[in-house]
Amino acid sequence: MNPYNYLYLAALLFTIGAVGVVVRRNAIVVFMCVELMLNAANLTLVTFSRLNGNLNGQVVAFFTMVVAACEVVVGLAIIVAIYRSRRSASIDDASLLKR
Amino acid sequence: MVSTSSLVYLIGLPLFGATFLILMGRKADKWGHLLATAMSAGSFALGVAHFFAMTNRATEERALTQTLFSWIKVGDFDVDAALLLDQLSICFVLLITGVGTLIHIYSISYMADDKDRRRFFAYLNLFIAAMLLLVLGNSYLNLYVGWEGVGLASYLLIGFWNQKPAYATASKKAFVMNRVGDMGLSFAIMIAFATMGTVSFDGVKEAAERAGTPALTAMGIMLLVAAVGKSAQFPLQAWLGDAMAGPTPVSALIHAATMVTAGVYLIVRSNFVFDAAPTAQLLVVIVGAITLIFGAIIGMAKDDIKKALAASTMSQIGYMILGAGLGPAGYAFAIMHLLTHGFFKAGMFLGAGSVMHGMNDEVNMRKYGALRKFMPITFITFGLGYLAIIGVPPFAGFYSKDAIIAEAFNSGGIKGVLLGSVALLGAAITAFYMTRVMVLTFTSKARWDDEVHPHESPALMWLPMALLAVGSVSAGFLLTRGDALVNWMYPLFDHGDHQELHEELLPHSVVTILAVTMVVIGVTVALVKYQFKDVAAVAPTDVSWATRFVRNDLGQDAFNEAVFMRPGQALTRGLITVDEVVIDGAVHGVGAMALGSGSTLRRTQTGYVRSYAALILVGALALLAAIWVVTQ
Repeated sequence: MNPYNYLYLAALLFTIGAVGVVVRRNAIVVFMCVELMLNAANLTLVTFSRLNGNLNGQVVAFFTMVVAACEVVVGLAIIVAIYRSRRSASIDDASLLKR
Repeated sequence: MVSTSSLVYLIGLPLFGATFLILMGRKADKWGHLLATAMSAGSFALGVAHFFAMTNRATEERALTQTLFSWIKVGDFDVDAALLLDQLSICFVLLITGVGTLIHIYSISYMADDKDRRRFFAYLNLFIAAMLLLVLGNSYLNLYVGWEGVGLASYLLIGFWNQKPAYATASKKAFVMNRVGDMGLSFAIMIAFATMGTVSFDGVKEAAERAGTPALTAMGIMLLVAAVGKSAQFPLQAWLGDAMAGPTPVSALIHAATMVTAGVYLIVRSNFVFDAAPTAQLLVVIVGAITLIFGAIIGMAKDDIKKALAASTMSQIGYMILGAGLGPAGYAFAIMHLLTHGFFKAGMFLGAGSVMHGMNDEVNMRKYGALRKFMPITFITFGLGYLAIIGVPPFAGFYSKDAIIAEAFNSGGIKGVLLGSVALLGAAITAFYMTRVMVLTFTSKARWDDEVHPHESPALMWLPMALLAVGSVSAGFLLTRGDALVNWMYPLFDHGDHQELHEELLPHSVVTILAVTMVVIGVTVALVKYQFKDVAAVAPTDVSWATRFVRNDLGQDAFNEAVFMRPGQALTRGLITVDEVVIDGAVHGVGAMALGSGSTLRRTQTGYVRSYAALILVGALALLAAIWVVTQ
């Protein structure tokens, strides 16, 4: 199979994630879109690893997964905390920095 | 030169008195005046002891020095804080502490009703200490410290009653005009340092022989500016009349006997500079001649007794400056006139204070008259001072003024004729205005109001007056007996190079006859005008423009205001505008620019996470695009 197809898929996934982050308001959805972008990056790393014939890219992909896991823990905790105090998970409501 | 360790006490005693009385505050109110008087008297006793010790030493060993500490030491330049007591300084020490002590005693009674008497005495002691430092310093820099010190004391004492705005203004005026002169002194010091590398009297005296005439002329002119400021000489004379706002003992001590003569001291002390700079010396005699006429003319129209005496002081110092400008021949006579003037003018000021004391502080002579009967002692002591100042033989002023007039005539050529004539004319005017003061105050008909009850002052006040009167009578005779003062001072002014002797234009006896004739004319005119005619109790207003001009001090204030004050104010106002528009504008502009750009850029901070994310995305894409463009 043509390895470039993996790269096209990764680009597609990244674009979906990026558009999702910019256009969606729900914090959970935005968060999932961020995960989508991370995984798109992972997919690219693995693809290039395959293309180059060494394991460096795959190793970095593992690092990314660990970082993503940590990020999910912290990020979800923040989202829950914001939801508890504001009764809303919309990220547009949490725009206090403006003032 | 002999080294000693006792000179510092001359200054130390009054300085201690001043510091102690100021630090003690109201606790010292009861006995502060006694302490101050004791300190001044102690200093006088020390001075007398030094004087007699000095007379017992050989001529070349008479000067005493004391190094206090190393003051400035930078490379080759080395200034010690050191004192020098020689034949010239001892005259001043005795005058300052002697007259000073008498005036302290007088003030005990004169200021008895003033609740700030302690502060007054503290300032008086401060003045004595500063003035002693001025005459005892062994370098221009040490002199400068004392010079500023007496300026400060003078300022504090003129404005002693500063609750009256006019008096506070007078003290400020004196201070500011003195600053102009002080600037001259600092320039002179700088010139000495730059061209000769030293500021001590000995060093400059030595270096003056090698230094070029231009440097010495510049230094001499700057020293003259300093003397002109401190001694109220033309053109910096306007402050002295207003300085009479201070209590009368202050006028007697500072603005007649001692501080205002500091300029004469400076010129005589710097004789080695002026002898080598004929141009500067010529300026000195010109200033002296102008001032002696200027002051005398102002004195003719003054109704305020203290201002009349102040004008007279200005004129008499003009004589001294004239004498000091005549070179080696005149220095000793300038100092002699300074000493005799110290006696008779201080005595007359104290007399004026005594009159004011008995007349409810009235200073207008048109409100006096016939006080001879009510204040006999004041009349006699003032009268002796009067005879001394107009130069009636054998009173003190006769000897000293006569000598200066004779020296002026004999200074050679057309200059001598001019200077001598001016000095003679000054003598006539002096006789006129002093007779006027005398007649208006003591011998004309009484013109005071009914509620005034003139009375003689207490013994504490007339005793100093009597002692000063004794000096007014005898000082001239004593100082000239066997040319005592001239021989005493001679070693100081002897530079080895004897100037060629001018042919005597007029023998001394002719000058004496001329001078006495002028005095008689002046006295006669004054008697005709004031003794044998009734004097108006209010100054007549329908007078000629000349009288009005003289009453306005020959327009000195108008001139200063038009030439210096108003342009100065305009300049400051202009600078304020520049400050507000240009400098403040730049500062505020920078602030406003930062503020404006901040509030514009703030709009990009929306607080929406999504817009931030979009910006990051755009940024990342832009970066990628840039990399792509660069690598292609």
